[in-house]
Amino acid sequence: MWAYRLNIPSHWRLLSERYRLAGGYCENCGHKMFPKQKICPKCGSEKIKPVELPRRGKVITYTIVQTPPRGFEYYTPYILAIIELEDGTRVFGQLTDIEPSEIQEGMEVEMTIRKVRVSGESGAIAYAYKFRPLE
Amino acid sequence: MKSLQKPTIAGVGFTKITAHWKQSLKDLASEAAVKALNDAGNPEINAIIVGNMLSGIINGQENLGSLVAESIGLSGVSSVKIEAACASGSAAVMWACLSVLSDLFDSVLVVGVEKMTDVTDNEDVTSALATAADYDYEVFFGATFPSLNAMIMRSYAKTYNLSPEDFGYLPILMHKNAVDVSHAQLRFPIDMDGYLNSPMVSDPLKLFDCAPIGDGAAALVITKKDGAKNSDHLVEIAGFGSATDTLATYRREDLSRLRAAELATTRALSMAGLESKDFDIVQIHDAFSVIGYLNLEALGIVERGKAHEFVASGDAERSGALPVNPEGGLKARGHPVGATGVYQIAELALQLSDRAGPSQIENPNVGVAMNVGGTGSNVFVHILRRVE
Repeated sequence: MWAYRLNIPSHWRLLSERYRLAGGYCENCGHKMFPKQKICPKCGSEKIKPVELPRRGKVITYTIVQTPPRGFEYYTPYILAIIELEDGTRVFGQLTDIEPSEIQEGMEVEMTIRKVRVSGESGAIAYAYKFRPLE
Repeated sequence: MKSLQKPTIAGVGFTKITAHWKQSLKDLASEAAVKALNDAGNPEINAIIVGNMLSGIINGQENLGSLVAESIGLSGVSSVKIEAACASGSAAVMWACLSVLSDLFDSVLVVGVEKMTDVTDNEDVTSALATAADYDYEVFFGATFPSLNAMIMRSYAKTYNLSPEDFGYLPILMHKNAVDVSHAQLRFPIDMDGYLNSPMVSDPLKLFDCAPIGDGAAALVITKKDGAKNSDHLVEIAGFGSATDTLATYRREDLSRLRAAELATTRALSMAGLESKDFDIVQIHDAFSVIGYLNLEALGIVERGKAHEFVASGDAERSGALPVNPEGGLKARGHPVGATGVYQIAELALQLSDRAGPSQIENPNVGVAMNVGGTGSNVFVHILRRVE
């Protein structure tokens, strides 16, 4: 099943997003977005500047995956969450350094860089953001 | 200028939904297509539109337009595949309607088909289905399709203070409905204990919240009323509408509603000149219990947060005030993803021509089908009306 093979070019061209939370800022209406889009989804302006998003936020909703896709068997069960960053921008990723029983909606988290996936025995190892509880 | 005639369903055909180990995608598609063509009195077909999501990934086969045309002796006819994730089937129906309304084609064959069991490991089917989500920003991080719907379920439950039991009413009704439906995949009842004790797939989403994996094909012949050969069972497509939302679930502001489903409903109702209170029968996309509830709310049938009360009250039963999925829906009739939208509309067409057999409800006049692609990123609504 190749649908889940990590494709190296697509990972490489997203390194600023995956390592630094590079998003977009609309110069017309001030809306921030992740990832950066060509057109602002709020006002339709094309004046979008790159911006680094805040690394702290809170958990909006989450789930604990018991039935993994190919390539994530080793990590199961793992936690996925939607995070609202301090500026209101939302991102999606895994929670780490936490037990499933400890998670609560609204809890504060911060971005960290972790290994997200390994694509087969000789495939690429991809690092990217995960979120951990704020001390 | 020529007056606009509504597209009309002249013929219906489908296969049983199950793990069809001995039949290929082509076998299933051609079986459903031939049944629909015969049901329509074998009119000349000007175009074929195939609805399918996963043939490239699971079966290693694309170019289904050519494959299906050849399999039913119609090589030469214009034929393409349309893909809109789990809504591929109804997307194909909508584009067939537009084709007929263009006046360039008289009769169009729609075939929805999915052959999922050619991969036998759960991890691989899960991977294939996840392609409906955002690869770069969701799937990369280990998102599965159930996990995204589980986050919607948690959000919805929190917003409206729902208990785990509240999500059980819908799958229990779906299983009850499917017991006497010969083409349904899961023809056995379940109870609340069985629902609550079913294994967790992606907390809080349980196995019995999820539609099963299966193979199936459904087909329709869509034509203009005047051009139809078999006029004894015609059903009109009075209105249709579709809409999109963000591909990724996290990029939506409100996770406890489906904006695209609301927009698609508004568009379909406007075209049909009808209101939600005119529905006599409903087909919802209950791939997951919470999505079924959100469909009922987007269709304007119940207030937001009240769908579970509506189902629990008995109003959604076959004999109730507004029957929902009398054939068992995605949960129990089955959900061969790219075929599902065509099954929904085919079942409605049978209901509206009094040909539904044991699942027939009493004298419906207007029916609606909602088919959801992704976690609500691409939604199609069709409104069907009995032809007197």
